[in-house]
Amino acid sequence: MAECGGSGSGSSGDSLDKSITLPPDEIFRNLENAKRFAIDIGGSLTKLAYYSTVQHKVARVRSFDHSDKDTEQDHEPPYEISVQEEVTARLHFVKFENTYIEACLDFIKDHLVNTETKVIQATGGGAYKFKDLIEEKLQLKVDKEDVMTCLIKGCNFVLKNIPHEAFVYQKGSNPEFRFQTNHPSVFPYLLVSIGSGVSIVKVETEDRFEWIGGSSIGGGTFWGLGALLTKTKKFDELLHLASRGQHTNVDMLVQDIYGGAHQTLGLSGNLIASSFGKSATADTGTGLSPALALGGAWRPPGRLPSVLLLPPRVLQGGHGQEPAAHDQQRHRAARLPVRQAPLLGPGVLRRLFHPRPPRHHAHHHLQHQLLLQDPNQYSWEENYAGSSGLMSSSPELCPTQRPRSGTFDLLEMDRLERPLVNLPLLLDPSSYVPDTVDLTDDALARKYWLTCFEEALDGVVKRAVASQPGSVDAAERAEKFRQKYWNKLQTLRHQPFAYGTLTVRSLLDTREHCLNEFNFPDPYSKVKQKDNGVALKCFQRVIHSLDALGWEERQLALVKGLLAGNVFDWGAKAVSDVLESDPQFGFEEAKRKLQERPWLVDSYSKWLQRLKGPPHKCALIFADNSGVDVILGVFPFVRELLSRGTEVILACNSGPALNDVTYSESLIVAERIAAMDPVIRSALREGRLLLMQTGSSSPCLDLSRLDKGLAVLVRERGADLVVIEGMGRAVHTNYHAALRCESLKLAVIKNSWLAERLGGRLFSVIFKYEVPAE
Amino acid sequence: MGAGRLGAPMERHWGVAATSASSVREPAPGGPDGRRREPLRRRANSASAPAVGASASAEGVRRDRPGSYSGATSASRQRVESLRKKRPRKCPAGRPSVSPCPLPVAVFPARRQCPRSVVPVFPWFGLDIGGTLVKLVYFEPKDITAEEEEEEVESLKSIRKYLTSNVAYGSTGIRDVHLELKDLTLCGRKGNLHFIRFPTHDMPAFIQMGRDKNFSSLHTVFCATGGGAYKFEQDFLTIGDLQLCKLDELDCLIKGILYIDSVGFNGRSQCYYFENPADSEKCQKLPFDLRNPYPLLLVNIGSGVSILAVYSKDNYKRVTGTSLGGGTFFGLCCLLTGCTTFEEALEMASRGDSTKVDKLVRDIYGGDYERFGLPGWAVASSFGNMMSKEKREAVSKEDLARATLITITNNIGSIARMCALNENINQVVFVGNFLRINTIAMRLLAYALDYWSKGQLKALFSEHEGYFGAVGALLELLKIP
Repeated sequence: MAECGGSGSGSSGDSLDKSITLPPDEIFRNLENAKRFAIDIGGSLTKLAYYSTVQHKVARVRSFDHSDKDTEQDHEPPYEISVQEEVTARLHFVKFENTYIEACLDFIKDHLVNTETKVIQATGGGAYKFKDLIEEKLQLKVDKEDVMTCLIKGCNFVLKNIPHEAFVYQKGSNPEFRFQTNHPSVFPYLLVSIGSGVSIVKVETEDRFEWIGGSSIGGGTFWGLGALLTKTKKFDELLHLASRGQHTNVDMLVQDIYGGAHQTLGLSGNLIASSFGKSATADTGTGLSPALALGGAWRPPGRLPSVLLLPPRVLQGGHGQEPAAHDQQRHRAARLPVRQAPLLGPGVLRRLFHPRPPRHHAHHHLQHQLLLQDPNQYSWEENYAGSSGLMSSSPELCPTQRPRSGTFDLLEMDRLERPLVNLPLLLDPSSYVPDTVDLTDDALARKYWLTCFEEALDGVVKRAVASQPGSVDAAERAEKFRQKYWNKLQTLRHQPFAYGTLTVRSLLDTREHCLNEFNFPDPYSKVKQKDNGVALKCFQRVIHSLDALGWEERQLALVKGLLAGNVFDWGAKAVSDVLESDPQFGFEEAKRKLQERPWLVDSYSKWLQRLKGPPHKCALIFADNSGVDVILGVFPFVRELLSRGTEVILACNSGPALNDVTYSESLIVAERIAAMDPVIRSALREGRLLLMQTGSSSPCLDLSRLDKGLAVLVRERGADLVVIEGMGRAVHTNYHAALRCESLKLAVIKNSWLAERLGGRLFSVIFKYEVPAE
Repeated sequence: MGAGRLGAPMERHWGVAATSASSVREPAPGGPDGRRREPLRRRANSASAPAVGASASAEGVRRDRPGSYSGATSASRQRVESLRKKRPRKCPAGRPSVSPCPLPVAVFPARRQCPRSVVPVFPWFGLDIGGTLVKLVYFEPKDITAEEEEEEVESLKSIRKYLTSNVAYGSTGIRDVHLELKDLTLCGRKGNLHFIRFPTHDMPAFIQMGRDKNFSSLHTVFCATGGGAYKFEQDFLTIGDLQLCKLDELDCLIKGILYIDSVGFNGRSQCYYFENPADSEKCQKLPFDLRNPYPLLLVNIGSGVSILAVYSKDNYKRVTGTSLGGGTFFGLCCLLTGCTTFEEALEMASRGDSTKVDKLVRDIYGGDYERFGLPGWAVASSFGNMMSKEKREAVSKEDLARATLITITNNIGSIARMCALNENINQVVFVGNFLRINTIAMRLLAYALDYWSKGQLKALFSEHEGYFGAVGALLELLKIP
């Protein structure tokens, strides 16, 4: 039992528990604006959820009322920017050990300013046990909800709203966590809830589910037996202990019964024939160290996958060469009348088996309770800035070595103003993955991009401070932002899977969330304003020179214009350095930077050929940057399409991200251009040019989460061409996206590492024109 | 106890020719062995095991056990093939073979041909070497003529006398006298069938005894099944100069059960069930007539657990198994209570109260969990109360033993119930040495099966619970189908 020294360090953990101080800023965020509460008290963990309203600053743009007076004055910006307060809804989820429940309730009581409600929804076994305590502390009436119903509703909710929620765990593979893209429909699935005991539920629709079976041998059994058989009494420490144990000292394996013959018999000798079967025999009984062996034998599922989901295709899946059940739950699940579905604890997962423990499993119970009043009419988005992500499931990480805050798991979800849906033009929504490179998978790329984002951090901080010259605390907030994002990057270095599949998009989005967190809603608003003003002044000149060209020359010039415009990307360090140092850098300079044809990816000839044919019915264009990009690149291109008789839907971000043009900015820009150009003017008036919002605030583009209004319009107008512009939208994401109609993906590679990786150089051009197979 | 092998969809079907009476009558030591005993039984090769119920195509992926044709001519092989093709499969195509944890199916090596005459020479043994216990059945001929007795070699006589005049052998061997089957006729010989068991860890001593008593001079064949038949094969050969005839344990198990049930238990019924199992006062053990045994779910609880669906005497499949079996109960009890024997563990369990150890539904919900129809007395989390320090301190060793027993038994019952549901079988026979003198487990199985199936399922038990594998091995020796 020498190794039980581990439990010695565990006792120091005990003393820690008794004197906890809550870091309030971190854990019960925005509690003063909490409106409704729900709590789920399980056998060992408490999950608290609340619904709050969040007030934060947003940058709004507005045309000057007197704009028609004298707009061409040199130093006057094309529109005004004002910072306003906006109120949005947010869900907070906090998970902690039951030990802290009283301290937490006290904390909540002290910080609760004003709630609308007199009731707290409660579920879980502990709802009975702690009812009086909750009612006394919070002065809220406990209203009990059915635990399984809550679990299932919550599970559905999370699966629908967090794209990278479910994952497959494969021990020993790299990465060990592989996140699954959510299918448009998650049903039917098998829900295996492993708490103290085990419940197996078949979920067929939002409201229809059936309890199929269960097992009393669950987490409580592991804990209870572990506590009896070893000197270790705490769950995490038991897990840790188990990870170091050797179950073969305790379990009777096939090879123990068959001798060496199992090999010639084609049996795997490591299969457990009888759990604990060895601990009875005289020869091993004496020298046994059950402390070390227990966990291995029992294969605790751990705290992490307390909910396993088995998606339909897995349920139908055949059997693989799977070693025998280590734990009994697997057998149980297998016997379900629905379909065979082996499911397992960590360590025995294989290709064919995809139990999918959602990252936020423990919070699932809660969502539903809060959502009772808010039916699923909204879309939600995880706030990376306020969520703690997936902690390491690895019991190898000794619990006492874990940072204190690790005991509190957080999840925040922001309510989006508009519901998000799939782009109807996706060829196969169920297999669509927005991101081109999975950084959890690609260690080299991960290292590069993490470093890249670290190095860019100074610039972002500087930009954030500069964007709010009037604010006294801007520097302080910017510093906090730096710390927060830096920490996130460090977490991701060690646990790339912490927030789902790590991608360039998730790194960018996390940065935007962190900026918002510290009230830097739109650090580039001024830059965009200036760039738009400058570009608008050049618009007519550019149009004149284009119109002077012959048809074929013009087509190439338009495409080059789109590409040159795309060089103006403040998100790319190579560019922002140039733009910072050379204020005169303009459209023509950018054109000269471009790679000469043939481009890195060059299907221009095919595109030109296509243009000689009949016009497209309707083109959907996703715009990228403000300024030169949208005004001198996109609008002339749009104008040409309109002249051909093609309708155009121009989709811009709903919210700000870097210097990407936002929907509201695009409205003003279009209005200004319309004032100068009759083609655009009449198209706007006649509804042949429509400006729409994407529903997103990301520099990248997820075609499976687009504004519903946009999707409806795309279907109504029968869009048959999709143009995606820019590195974020056409390279980091959607590079491989297959659409049901023609598509044009174009970008300038403004990052030498990426360019090299793709076999080109800085400012290489991607021009990818694709026609779907018949 | 037989090792419960886990996993794999083993759709196995009884070989025809291998066990046909005609082959028994076939004379000839010296003839090509393969002619007499075609190794017909195959197993699905799990590596390419057909998925759910692909029984029609299963033939295609089966493969013979490596080396199983040692000595067989290609002609005999063809004969075998043609025989097999004529035999329609009993299992309806499309029947789902539940195989949750497909594992490498045991592909057994050559069944060594056991040289023999029409009726094998004495002594007649059947051996089942499990993970924990060795089960030995011995046929004692009672119709020995004086002439025979005279010819009987000394070593044979001494074996007979030693086995039949003792009820215990060494410190660990035990003859279950109460199970003895009297006046049995086997291969035209009348005699008694004895049932003997000893721990597997005493196997070396047993082999040594075989050497000391010069078994090899008897030219007998040891038909052995269970994993130990493989594990100890080499020892038998090198130490005892004995050639084992290795047999598949599930084949033996089913053969043994069907045979023993057919001969009854000295005029009584072999099979029984419990009425009012939950009520100590009214609980009654009643005989059950297993006249229509098929289909049958067979749950063999040895060290581990195997569950078989039996559709006819030569059509069965292994549905699943679990490693939580008798070995788990005993092993955990040893760790938790310091007991040293199975009997002691059971005795402690009989005096304990598991509800102090287990967390019940009512401990969590205050009563029944009505939403899903779970009664308050149902166990929600086995050993779940042991998370708490106070409760750990309040339990006795007897309580822990009881909880262990209840946990393992409930789990097996629940798996069996789901299997029965899936296979659409409502007779469930529980066998295996876990049930020996284990009324608590049997009554619990009977009650749980009845309760959770709302009366649809019947739990059946058999007097010779742990010995069927050994009986099957003996029958194989005698070529009794």
